[in-house]
Amino acid sequence: MADTAVASASPLIPHPRRIRRRVRETADTFTLEIEADDGGPLFQPGQFSMLYVFGTGEVPISMSGDPRRPGVLVHTTRAVGPVTRAMAGLRAGAALGVRGPFGTPWPLEAALGNDVVLVAGGIGLAPLRPLVYEVIARRPDFGQVVLLYGARSPDELLFGRELERWRAAGIVVSITVDYATRDWPGHVGVVTALVPRAPVDPARTTAFVCGPEIMMRFAADALGRRGVPAARIFVSMERNMKCAVGFCGHCQFGPSFVCKDGPVLAWPRVRGLLSVREV
Amino acid sequence: METLEPILARHLFFQDLDARHLALLVGCAGNVRFPAGAFLFRAGQEADRFFLIREGRVAIEIAPPGAAAHTVQTVGAGDVLGWSWLIPPYHWKFDARAVEDTRALALDGKCLRTKCEADHDLGYELLKRFAQIMEERLQATRLQLLDVYGARG
Repeated sequence: MADTAVASASPLIPHPRRIRRRVRETADTFTLEIEADDGGPLFQPGQFSMLYVFGTGEVPISMSGDPRRPGVLVHTTRAVGPVTRAMAGLRAGAALGVRGPFGTPWPLEAALGNDVVLVAGGIGLAPLRPLVYEVIARRPDFGQVVLLYGARSPDELLFGRELERWRAAGIVVSITVDYATRDWPGHVGVVTALVPRAPVDPARTTAFVCGPEIMMRFAADALGRRGVPAARIFVSMERNMKCAVGFCGHCQFGPSFVCKDGPVLAWPRVRGLLSVREV
Repeated sequence: METLEPILARHLFFQDLDARHLALLVGCAGNVRFPAGAFLFRAGQEADRFFLIREGRVAIEIAPPGAAAHTVQTVGAGDVLGWSWLIPPYHWKFDARAVEDTRALALDGKCLRTKCEADHDLGYELLKRFAQIMEERLQATRLQLLDVYGARG
């Protein structure tokens, strides 16, 4: 009995959980709402879970739900590999294994009283969504809050209805797509092109950036050009997380283990490594 | 009624421009308006001016033969549109279509080229500012070409 208790407390043992609901977001992206224990905050914005599809494998997936919503873990992911493709086939009532939460959160306290810029690229909006919820819940604690969101095309925009609700909740939401035809009335161009016009005071802005690495590099560069101090830019890194607790070394990125020291890292800590072809 | 000089001076593109140069530029500038759907210019036409967008949004488009127009980029308030007036043979390479009702300042290309030839300090200042825009757009286009949100992104 004692052994069982020890095993169940181990961060390496997946807990079987049921999927409550599955939401199709785009052609290849979906959200799973997974049952969780009630009571207390389940995670902090920026953290991730290890999700195990039985018989297939385990992958790290960021939390994308509201940290203040009890009893449910929400994960949004894209079907790109064997595990996430199998996960895409799971429906309400199916079980998967869950470990976590793991990793460092977005340091929202660093932004108290300041302007906030969130720069999201593609599926990178999912790890930022819990932060958006938290900012909305504490809206008076911050100055101007701006979300700059870039996607590949209008069809691939995530959380479409929610984006409108966020605007109504006092967030400036600017959306751009890389490719569009004439029926799209919004911005076309890369998300970094939105940075120069973001209505914030750069010297008192904290930026949270999530997306493909090269997009984050260009975004951090654009933020720097705008005058946002490097130490106030935070990025969320993605690597091949396996154990998720800093034992195995699969996710080593220079001197950091992304699973334990990240995924959220201050820009000065990763800046020099992101342009290195192989780390 | 406000003259064009303070409007030019307030536009991001001419921020901190020398007052003497600003006075030279005013003589080449005029206010323009385009309703949504109107073209500011079309590919192949003579590039005889450039635009400082004050309000609205403009799509830079390319239309492959027999296919729907593809929007390469949009520009809006505070942006600059067009540098083909600066580079021979002075022809537009893309279409520019107002997506929304758009207000802009149009600067006459021939007038500017003449003034830049006569005053190389003005010419160098303008070239530096356009080079910055070109560099930003080239970097943006390179990033766009990477298709970073694609399956491998």
